[in-house]
Amino acid sequence: MNEEIIRFEHFGFQYRAQAEPTLYDIDLSVRKGEKLLICGPSGCGKSTLAHCINGLIPFSYPGESTGRLLVGGRETKEQGIFQIARTVGTVLQDPDGQFIGLTVAEDIAFALENDCVEEPALHERVAKAAGLVGVDRFLAHAPEDLSGGQKQRVSLAGILVDDVDVLLFDEPLANLDPATGKQAIELIDELQRETGAAVIIIEHRLEDVLHRHVDRVVLMGGGRILCDCPPDELLSGRLLSENGIREPLYLTALKYAGVEIRADKHPAMLTELCLTEEDKALVRAWFHSVPAAEVPPERPVQLEAESLRFAYANGHEALRELSLTVREGELTAIVGTNGAGKSTFSKLICGFETQQEGTLRFAGQDLKELSIKERADRIGYVMQNPNQMISQVMIYDEVALGLRTRGVSEEEIRPRVEETLKICGLWPFRSWPVSALSFGQKKRVTIASILVLRPQLIILDEPTAGQDYRHYTEIMEFLLELNRRGITVLMITHDMHLMLEYARRAAVFSDGRLIADADCAAVLTDAETVRRASLKETSLYLLAQRCGIDDGRAFVRRFIDYEREARGI
Amino acid sequence: MRNIFNYIDRPSPVHRLTGATKLVCLLLWSFASMLTYDTRLLALLMLLSIPLFALSKIRVRDVSFMLGFTAVFMVLNNVLVFAFSPQHGVSLYGTKHVLLSLGGSYEVTAEQLFYHLNLVLKYASSIPIVLLFVCTTNPSEFAASLNRVGVKYSVAYSVSLALRYIPDIQREYHEISQAQQARGVEMSKKQSLFKRLKSASAILIPLILSSMDRIEVISNAMELRGFGKNKKRSWYMARPFTGLDYAAMALCLALLLAALWLNHLNGGRFYNPFI
Repeated sequence: MNEEIIRFEHFGFQYRAQAEPTLYDIDLSVRKGEKLLICGPSGCGKSTLAHCINGLIPFSYPGESTGRLLVGGRETKEQGIFQIARTVGTVLQDPDGQFIGLTVAEDIAFALENDCVEEPALHERVAKAAGLVGVDRFLAHAPEDLSGGQKQRVSLAGILVDDVDVLLFDEPLANLDPATGKQAIELIDELQRETGAAVIIIEHRLEDVLHRHVDRVVLMGGGRILCDCPPDELLSGRLLSENGIREPLYLTALKYAGVEIRADKHPAMLTELCLTEEDKALVRAWFHSVPAAEVPPERPVQLEAESLRFAYANGHEALRELSLTVREGELTAIVGTNGAGKSTFSKLICGFETQQEGTLRFAGQDLKELSIKERADRIGYVMQNPNQMISQVMIYDEVALGLRTRGVSEEEIRPRVEETLKICGLWPFRSWPVSALSFGQKKRVTIASILVLRPQLIILDEPTAGQDYRHYTEIMEFLLELNRRGITVLMITHDMHLMLEYARRAAVFSDGRLIADADCAAVLTDAETVRRASLKETSLYLLAQRCGIDDGRAFVRRFIDYEREARGI
Repeated sequence: MRNIFNYIDRPSPVHRLTGATKLVCLLLWSFASMLTYDTRLLALLMLLSIPLFALSKIRVRDVSFMLGFTAVFMVLNNVLVFAFSPQHGVSLYGTKHVLLSLGGSYEVTAEQLFYHLNLVLKYASSIPIVLLFVCTTNPSEFAASLNRVGVKYSVAYSVSLALRYIPDIQREYHEISQAQQARGVEMSKKQSLFKRLKSASAILIPLILSSMDRIEVISNAMELRGFGKNKKRSWYMARPFTGLDYAAMALCLALLLAALWLNHLNGGRFYNPFI
């Protein structure tokens, strides 16, 4: 057995500013060379646990702790944060925010510089770490020249320059597109084998992390460890769904088909999953039993983009010959890699930028004739980060802002704001300050502040980013409700589940062009589109193949219809 | 524009000097040109910057915008000095040679013209060298240079961080302002001052809030990687001094000493050709 590197003994923690403890009675042990996944819904204490391991608690976030926590054999409170960092290397969630240096090389060198490492060792060790993660060609590049995945590799190199015993990843998939996320999981796996370090991944996207082998999954809830066992065991129980963690889609499908999931069938990885002939027959029978959903009647065209061309002042061509039609009342996902032109497209629609060629029509009218403000009366735009939109102290004022700037009288504003607050489920908070809300509730406030203007079309940039499954479902159900009221919804997203579950249609952008425009099942089962748009093939498709169903696309479609039926969409 | 450093990477001896050398030279040179009004030295400094530009392969059009900008300032400065104090040269140099009378106290005197010449030379001797510094110093090297000339590394590094985050914050400002315009927040100059202040707050408050988040992330990231652990730190971009570095610093030191010596000889900061 390998040496124990982290040990929690009846550990508890309470932040100084909070009335209740965040962690209760944690017992956990991590050995060298082990790979651990820590998952749980938002607020379950998993980030706090990570902060305890890397020393941000208690050194940056003070509070009261009980019990013992040993890292590298010594209690953390007796060490300093710098000493702990010799044992634990942390990759934070936001690859852009933690990029410190002006160039890749300087960022990787940062820890060594602070250790006063001199030449020539400094340059040598930076080159070696860069080579390990494959960014050696970009040493002189600035952060803005890198993709999200490359930035994450740089942060990883930045901790690999030191020989740490533990690699700690705080939500490594949060800001990556599906294909890059998959590569990140593969890279982490390779690095672990090369360095022999223990790996701890904090993430709620279970299926994506399980793309590679994991020794143990620690499920947290309410500040306690609910379960600490091999993934096969966790997946064959009911704990996941009870705690707001989404199980892998292929398991959901198997359960729908009535297949029993047991630990000895190895459900953690689809490639290792044992399916008997009976199981396969069950899946096939289910596939044939579910009727195909009716195709909704075609609605009138609302937004029409024709041969849009746009280049930024620095010469970067963001859109080339892009055409897209959106019909009234649709719920469409726009997907594609960073830089594919998704955000630029929404900026052109809102009038923040003007296309050099091509036309945009909304309900038959050329948008060129309308100002930003006039467009906003029909088309609402919700930014990814609610903190970038909220400018008022009180919720009521924030929602009323757009009406006030339009000179609407206060008597007219009141009923409109109140109605919107009710629709958005914010009525109980109407007299609260915005700062008292959670991230998800703030998101609702920003949506409410757009809805109050009564737009016919609403564009959302990554509506569910940073949300766990429960909050994600809440937001999406809310958007569905709006959609049912007749508002067209366009979502820009990286999230495959989001498009699969909620969008009727996916428009796939790549390199400034539209490369696919079809129903989501068709998009996610087309290998070429998946590759070009940096998406990931859905595991449902692979399951269909395993069960001898030739038409994998139809299987995915049936699954989606069945799910929607079940949820009453 | 990436940041305030308009670094232009071209192979030249000036580029090869370390950032610290260039910073020291800039300081010495600026002190020399600030401390004296000696026409001969200022003219020498101005003339010296011409071969320096040639040597560093920085062309006039690379810096034309900033040169134009300073030229406007220089003209404005001269006009104002003449308008408010047309006899300043006379009081400085103690003699009065009237060349042209414009009525009232407005006379064009040789002394005043000579003073204006010195004023122009002040600009011409100091601004080009600042531009040269900005164009030939790799921003990555700047923090290391500050640290080398004795600034505490935590302070020096904050300069580097500012350079790193200015483009991000600019972009964010732009995005926030667009989204607020869509909600009807007017940014145009047609509005009253009070309304414009209110509009500005609609952008600044979200910008400040999201910058606070950013600061928390970055300070955690820095601490986790050992920033502040030791009294000293090394710098990836730092380079050792070469003979060229010492020569450049010696030359600039000589210029500063010349300025001090001339001030001593002249018995003040002004060189007086009228006596």
